[in-house]
Amino acid sequence: MIEVRDLKKHFKVHKRPPGLAAALRSVVRRTYDTVKAVDGVSFRIERGERVGFLGPNGAGKTTTLKVLAGLLHPTAGEVTVAAHRPQKRAAAFLRQITLVMGQKQQLIWDLPPADTWTLNGAVFGVAAAEYAKTLAELTELLDLKELAQKPTRQLSLGERMKCELAAALLHRPTTLFLDEPTIGLDVAMQVTIREFIREYNQRHDATVMLTSHYMDDVVALCPRVIVIDGGRLIHDGDLRALVKAMMPDKRVSFSGAVAAEVLDRLGRLVSRDGARTTLEVAEHRLREVIGHLLGVDGIGDLAIEDPPLEDVMRKLFKDKTAAPTPVESQGAT
Amino acid sequence: MRAELRAMPTMLRIGLAETIAYRAEMIVWILTTTMPLVMLSLWTSVADEAPFRAYTQADFVAYYLAALIVRNLTSNWVAWQIGEEIRMGTLSMRLLRPVHPFASYLATHLAAIPLRLVVVTPVIVIMFLTDARHVVIDDPARAGLFVLSLAGAWLLTFGTFVAIGALAFFLEKSMALVEVYFGLFMLLSGYLIPIDLMPGWMAAAAEWLPFRYMLGAPVEILIGRHADAAAAAAVVMTQWAWAAIMLVTAALAWRAGVRRFEAYGA
Repeated sequence: MIEVRDLKKHFKVHKRPPGLAAALRSVVRRTYDTVKAVDGVSFRIERGERVGFLGPNGAGKTTTLKVLAGLLHPTAGEVTVAAHRPQKRAAAFLRQITLVMGQKQQLIWDLPPADTWTLNGAVFGVAAAEYAKTLAELTELLDLKELAQKPTRQLSLGERMKCELAAALLHRPTTLFLDEPTIGLDVAMQVTIREFIREYNQRHDATVMLTSHYMDDVVALCPRVIVIDGGRLIHDGDLRALVKAMMPDKRVSFSGAVAAEVLDRLGRLVSRDGARTTLEVAEHRLREVIGHLLGVDGIGDLAIEDPPLEDVMRKLFKDKTAAPTPVESQGAT
Repeated sequence: MRAELRAMPTMLRIGLAETIAYRAEMIVWILTTTMPLVMLSLWTSVADEAPFRAYTQADFVAYYLAALIVRNLTSNWVAWQIGEEIRMGTLSMRLLRPVHPFASYLATHLAAIPLRLVVVTPVIVIMFLTDARHVVIDDPARAGLFVLSLAGAWLLTFGTFVAIGALAFFLEKSMALVEVYFGLFMLLSGYLIPIDLMPGWMAAAAEWLPFRYMLGAPVEILIGRHADAAAAAAVVMTQWAWAAIMLVTAALAWRAGVRRFEAYGA
């Protein structure tokens, strides 16, 4: 269980205008800006939930995850994770959580992943029998057999991420903070990682908090999303409800030709890509529009979908008012 | 502490595997430690005809070969390692493990000692093939003190480098301080000139500073520059006191650094 009440994380950042004079002045008198990376965020996540944590670059996602993992101290507010105060980084807390950062690795570069796994097993005090059992399970789920003994530097990005996940989960954490775990991976590997995360969550009733720039990850994994921007919470709830509230119209796509004036009557044209056309249609008119299209000669391959989450997010961030400017600070937002 | 002790054998084993994986780089790095050899050739030519102050040619050979051995066995790269981890943010991964980062750094650098021993073995062999062998102490008490002083020098150097590495929490260019440290070390540790050949004021300064105890002290014990075992034991005690002071300083610098890291991120 994760509980966050009015979390604030402010950074004091040294400010220096450009130019030599300013550089000299800053030696004598340093001026600071306060960057509000996280500014009063509250939420509660129950055990076993999978939650997408979304927001544009610099919104405060990574800062929040680092506070939850105990790496950063909150400026204000209360944070409880797995019945612990993360900032104390008590051993009992660290044994229950894991933080996977897609752009930082813990595997030892010149040794095979199996060595990092052995090391983590010892460091987290995993009993031998349990270690063997967990490793066998992870090896099966992530298909690691061929990778375990290869030096890490010879692994592809995707293979490395699978091994990173194994290293991060050998101590069977119950709370997973995943920061861009699929970054840079090809589509097939993204799907593999996604399926694995879901499987781990279901097998161990683990709580998962995930940030990703790939909305497909979020759609596939997270029934609930928390959206922050400029350090503030702008949405917390069901993903489908968010999509429906922001963009209630459905996307209807089909192949085949329809006259332009007919299209105008059916809905709003979103795209016309070669022989394929996509329209945005209000939900209450769906039946009528589909019926019409099915009656047109040469129309086929008809599909009805929700608008892509990327578009929903874009609209959400554009619509929000009076949110503070997001600032990247010291690589920690 | 229990978690650290329980994990230590595995951490040492993986550390050794890592050292073996990096063996080529490490051997090259160790072999670039040539300064004692330069000084050896310089001073042996000075003492060619007659002893220079209390040093014969054999004394100089013994001194600088011993300096080479001690330097290679007690050095480490933990300051660079810590600096890099702070800059790259990979320190986060270390902080999320339930063992103190000191324990894992300690294991990594202790595990490098066997490879260091392999590299210095030829130097030890050469020492015993030359006249230097007559200079090296042979009584068991002083041999024991030498081993203790070697361990003390290792811990003192480790503590110093952890403290310098921890400065990366506060300073962007903290590695420049390694250069400052190394300059002082060269002058005041006996690495370039034996302490008893230094001008009086410099020798006095060396007595009061920690550098001598990182290199000069074990070298002097090995080649019997002290009046007796009791005098050597006094030096070892001072050295261990310095090691304790430096390890506490490192721990304090580390704690302050981690607090800053928790406040500002990195």
